[in-house]
Amino acid sequence: MNRPLKRSNAPIFWGLFGAGGMLSALLGPVLVLITGLAVPMGLLFGADAMSYANMLAFAQHWLGKAFLFAIVSLFLWHAGHRIFHSLHDVGIHAGPGAKAVCYGGALLGTVIAALSLLSMGF
Amino acid sequence: MSKRRPYVRPMAGWWRKNPFFIEYMIHEGTALFVAAYALVLLAGLVCLALGEAAWNGWLGAMKHPLVILFHLVTLAMIAYHSWTWFKIMPKTMPPVVIGGKRLSAAMITGGGLAAVALASLLALGLFWGMTR
Repeated sequence: MNRPLKRSNAPIFWGLFGAGGMLSALLGPVLVLITGLAVPMGLLFGADAMSYANMLAFAQHWLGKAFLFAIVSLFLWHAGHRIFHSLHDVGIHAGPGAKAVCYGGALLGTVIAALSLLSMGF
Repeated sequence: MSKRRPYVRPMAGWWRKNPFFIEYMIHEGTALFVAAYALVLLAGLVCLALGEAAWNGWLGAMKHPLVILFHLVTLAMIAYHSWTWFKIMPKTMPPVVIGGKRLSAAMITGGGLAAVALASLLALGLFWGMTR
């Protein structure tokens, strides 16, 4: 008796969901506005605002690197967790396979983001 | 096998019968757009790492009318996520007691939305300053 309780891993995923949800709530709309609408349409900012030189310099700075990594990976963890927990609502069984796809996808994206950012150097 | 055929309540389209659940499904559905936008950014990161030609290819793809349309819809959906995130927040965060009184739901939601406005202005200003 008195076996130690097995710890749940749920708080980790829930924490990543919350962090990503907060970050996307605060910065999601303005980021879409900048990268998806203003810059491609040449509004508000200069035509070469997101030029290769500008963006590479941003991604090579440790702060820019941390920012880009946090945005991409936490957005993915937030979305993966939320989609996983909505599967049951749309009639899809949320079993281990679904969990592997949702969280595995977020993990894969996190690894690709980290490798891309690291390969650009500091 | 048993010949019993117990009644199973049909569940197809259950959420379309109640406005509360329609709203619920839309705000949960914002996650699809958060994921899609994260993948667009991830593709951008990979292109940036691959070099100037790849990066310019990504920038060019962002200008395609369908991609612009996608970002318009995504802007609306992620903005809706921001709104619901802070609307639900009084129920999802632990109670905050200040001076013996519980912080009201309106204060929490209002504070969150004010933070969105502030963060957006800050991001626009920083981006403008860094790229001019």
